[in-house]
Amino acid sequence: MAKSNKPLVWGPFAAGGTLTAFLTPVLVLLTLLAALGYAPEALTYERLYVFASHWLVKFTLAVVVFLSLWSAAHRLRIMFYDLGVRADTLVATALYTIAGAGSAAVIAYLARI
Amino acid sequence: MSERRFELEVLRYNPETDSAPHFQRYSVGCEEEGVVLDALNRIKETIDPTLSYRWSCHMAVCGSCGMMINGEPKLACKAFLRNYAGVIRVEPLAHFPIERDLVTVLDDFMDKLARVKPYLIPKEEKPLSAGEYRQTPAELKKFKQYTLCINCMLCYAACPEYGLIPKFIGPAAIALAHRYNQDSRDGGRDERQEEIAATEGVWECSFAGACSEVCPEHVDPAGAIQQVKIASTVDWYRDHLMPWLKK
Amino acid sequence: MSRKPYHREVPRVLWFFDHPRYLRYMARELTCLFIGAYTLLLVVGIGRLAEGRAAYEAFLEALKSPLSIVFHVLALGFAVYHSVTWFNLTPKALPVQIGEEFMPDWVIAGAHYAVWVLLSLGILFFAGVF
Repeated sequence: MAKSNKPLVWGPFAAGGTLTAFLTPVLVLLTLLAALGYAPEALTYERLYVFASHWLVKFTLAVVVFLSLWSAAHRLRIMFYDLGVRADTLVATALYTIAGAGSAAVIAYLARI
Repeated sequence: MSERRFELEVLRYNPETDSAPHFQRYSVGCEEEGVVLDALNRIKETIDPTLSYRWSCHMAVCGSCGMMINGEPKLACKAFLRNYAGVIRVEPLAHFPIERDLVTVLDDFMDKLARVKPYLIPKEEKPLSAGEYRQTPAELKKFKQYTLCINCMLCYAACPEYGLIPKFIGPAAIALAHRYNQDSRDGGRDERQEEIAATEGVWECSFAGACSEVCPEHVDPAGAIQQVKIASTVDWYRDHLMPWLKK
Repeated sequence: MSRKPYHREVPRVLWFFDHPRYLRYMARELTCLFIGAYTLLLVVGIGRLAEGRAAYEAFLEALKSPLSIVFHVLALGFAVYHSVTWFNLTPKALPVQIGEEFMPDWVIAGAHYAVWVLLSLGILFFAGVF
């Protein structure tokens, strides 16, 4: 049996899983505070726009979004199989495409900032 | 030593007469301090000699008596009767075809075990005159844990992915491949990678971790599988991004 | 004597309700739905930021809806569950042998927890939360 090409998709999954473990909770907390009316300084339009203008921040945000979306897509793919949906190739293509589209979108948005 | 009455509900299947398995209730006297295997032996000796099941050492080293006890994969010789209340449900190990009563068909696991080449493949031929392989305590410690596998297959019964994907090579086979890969005397990793780095190798595992939870010897096959995934991923990216690098 | 092995049934769709350990596994897997959805929300937010002040401030206002608050609370819970399960499993996937002995699990996991807390506090501080 030949070695699988699964590592291609698993590598970013593992990286994204680690990243989201460290980062996502505090990000959710920030926007939760905003949702409750206690938006922190950094989320005001001026501060955030200036922050997101920096090329290093744009690069970091793009990477964070890509890895987060990819790891979620990969895990969701496994979940579909666990729930009895056998069309793995179809599910994988759809989910990775969504992750890719989200990443492409954020890159396009950041380019305009 | 005091005796007590125990109620066992055992799944029976006779391939010569049955079209499907069915439960049979037994009421048997057994020492309170005993294990489910003792109760089964008592049933076979005094009530129903047709009851079939595998067992041997009665001390959790041979791996023969794996079965589902109240829905949990356990060694019958390690399942203490005092830990169960009411009727004890005994079924053959999950995810394997039933040969007869509590005896399962093990062929799938045996095939998979052979495929991973669970034996030392030396890096180079060494004549006897060259002497023994030397190994430091640290080198031994690196793989020792994975040598403890007794091939009881409780991990296959617990693994949800093996239940859903029968082609999955499974926890014990990968843990045993890992045992040899980690052994400093061995040079066979590349050969084993062909099997365990294939789609039906580690890549069907979703790290549910049930295998390690039920393992009676604390081998931690789940850990072994993740380590193989990481090593295989590093290999893959290195091979594809830097193909000029020689091994 | 003839053999006629009985082949077991395919697991039912809701197999993970059979035992707490499988339910915990599915809950862990489910975290990806919330983390993925939240990240898409961030993408939308960045898009609004790029559009201009009005669009971005409308986005911040929309965050205040009850649906958004409920989603955030759930997302926070699931995100934390992902972090905890991930950090607890890391020592199994990345064992570190020092000399003869392996680093205890709690050291490796503990280091991750420490970095997580420090990083989160750092981000909250720089965001002006305190």
